[in-house]
Parts: sequence; C-alpha cells; structure tokens
Amino acid sequence: MGLEISFSMFGNDYLVPDTVVNVWLVVAVLLILGYITKRKIESADVNEAPTGFLNVMETVVESVEDLVVQNMGESGRGFTPYILSLMAFLLLANLSGLVGLTPPTSDYSVTLTLALITFALVQIVGVKTSGLGGYIKGFGEPMVLLTPLNIIGELANPVSLSFRLFGNILSGAIIMTLLYQALGFIAPIITPFLHAYFDLFSGVLQTFIFGMLTMIFIGGNLED
Amino acid sequence: MLEGITSEAFILGCSAIGAGLAMIAGIGAGIGQGNAAGEAASAVARQPEAQADITRTMLLGQAVAETTGIYGLVIAIILLFVRPLLTAYMELGL
Repeated sequence: MGLEISFSMFGNDYLVPDTVVNVWLVVAVLLILGYITKRKIESADVNEAPTGFLNVMETVVESVEDLVVQNMGESGRGFTPYILSLMAFLLLANLSGLVGLTPPTSDYSVTLTLALITFALVQIVGVKTSGLGGYIKGFGEPMVLLTPLNIIGELANPVSLSFRLFGNILSGAIIMTLLYQALGFIAPIITPFLHAYFDLFSGVLQTFIFGMLTMIFIGGNLED
Repeated sequence: MLEGITSEAFILGCSAIGAGLAMIAGIGAGIGQGNAAGEAASAVARQPEAQADITRTMLLGQAVAETTGIYGLVIAIILLFVRPLLTAYMELGL
C-alpha cells in the first residue's frame, strides 16, 4: 500500500510507484531525526552525561562504530557514517511494512542502487589501498588463468547482495498480501505473529546482514 | 485433451509449473542453513561464553548460504508476476 504519483512532463506520462514514494518518506523521517539530533547536540551541555533522546542516539552511533572497528580494523573507522546511514535507511525501509506501507526494499531498483553504491565503494577502496597496478594485479591471483573467474566473482557480489535483500523482503510482502486475501475478516487474529517474523525479525536480520557484508567486502580491500 | 485451452492459458499454466520447479532450489538452501544452525548449536554447547560471536557468524553464514534459494525465488516471482513468456508470445503475433 501507499501513494502512487502520476504526472506528465514534456508530453510524456510518468508513474512514480508507491515504493519510490515510500523511499522519500523514509528519507524524510531520517532527515527529521538527524535535524532533531543536531539541534539537541548543539543545546546540550558538554560536561554532563547525555540523557533521554541524545543518550539513545549516542548508544546507536557507538554500537555501530564498535561493530565497524571490530570487523574492519582501526583503519575502517572512517566508514562508520556510511554504514550507519545505510543501516538506518534499511532498518526504517524494512520496518515500514509494519505501518502498512509497501517496503521500499521490495523494489529491486532500491536494493540494486544500494548494492551498487557498496560495490563502487569497494572498488575505490581497492584502488586507493594497493594502487591501480596492484588492484588490477589482484585479479590475477593466485594464477593468471583464474582472472576471468575472479572478475565474475567480483561482479557477482552486488547481484547476490541486492537479490538477497530484495528476495527476503519481497517474499515476506507477497506472503502477507496472500494471507490477508485468503483469511478475510479473521486476518487480524492470525497475522500479527507473522508480521513479527516477516517484518520485524526478517527486516532487522537483513539490515544487519547487508551492513555486515558491506563491512566485510570493504574490509577485505583495506590495508591492515 | 488440449482442445478448448487457449495458448495464453497454456503459457500461464506452464509458467506456474516452472515457478514451482524453480522453488526446488530451496532444498539446498534449507539443508545448508540447517547444517550451519546445527554446528552453531554444538559450538555453543562446547563454549557457551562465545554465544554472541557464534550467533553472529551463524547468521552471516546462513545469509550467504541462502543466496541460491533466493535466486530460485526471484526466478519464480518473475515467472508468476512479470510473465516474460506471455509477453514474448504476444510479441510473436501469432
């Protein structure tokens, strides 16, 4: 469910699907959250321990930073903002099924975009770490004959990363839709448990896995 | 036997059968995930203090093992909802 927007521009008709509208909703919520945090930080007293909302935010940032350092080493600390924003977006996007919206991540364009961002980042980090020559040479390891396999293996990463998230969330959304259609008026009695599994458990788990795999891929190309 | 069945209905039926066959891929992913969970359970029994690390590693490994099952699911979903075969038949213009 959600809002679909259709408009015409330059003589063409465009239809914006509800998943894309929900992406904007998620981004708007995150922006508002970030703005509130910024306002609270500016007005907070440096010498006192943070309380309430600010305390929660600090815990979130610190736990993600710990996870990043644990998986990528000290040199990966600078990637915390990327990982945190990725995971925050994915968490809200996956959980938006709970309020009756179509999860944005059940649209392949969203997950492919995220996977391609990670893929580009991994390649850039690889070039930065070992230089362009070393980066190209890395594909010839351990034998020159295996170069095509290495390239295919590298290209398969964004595909599997995006399909994993897309398939999990979409299958959950489809099963829930089928159940609501099949059960009719007794649906509200049975579906809450399944919402807990498909939206809550699966959504949080896939968020964690996407973040972990991103960290592992980037960390593999970082120097120790 | 096939009299009275339009070509479109035949293609839709075959697409549904293909989607069902594609989901056989779930067997492999299920066995793999079960193996990982069993190994993790025995690892926790041996070293209960490492439970957090073991759980994290297990979930990550299961997510990777799940990939092939997800590929099958995506094929099934495409066959059922995008119906590429029906579109291809329509474009033939027979």
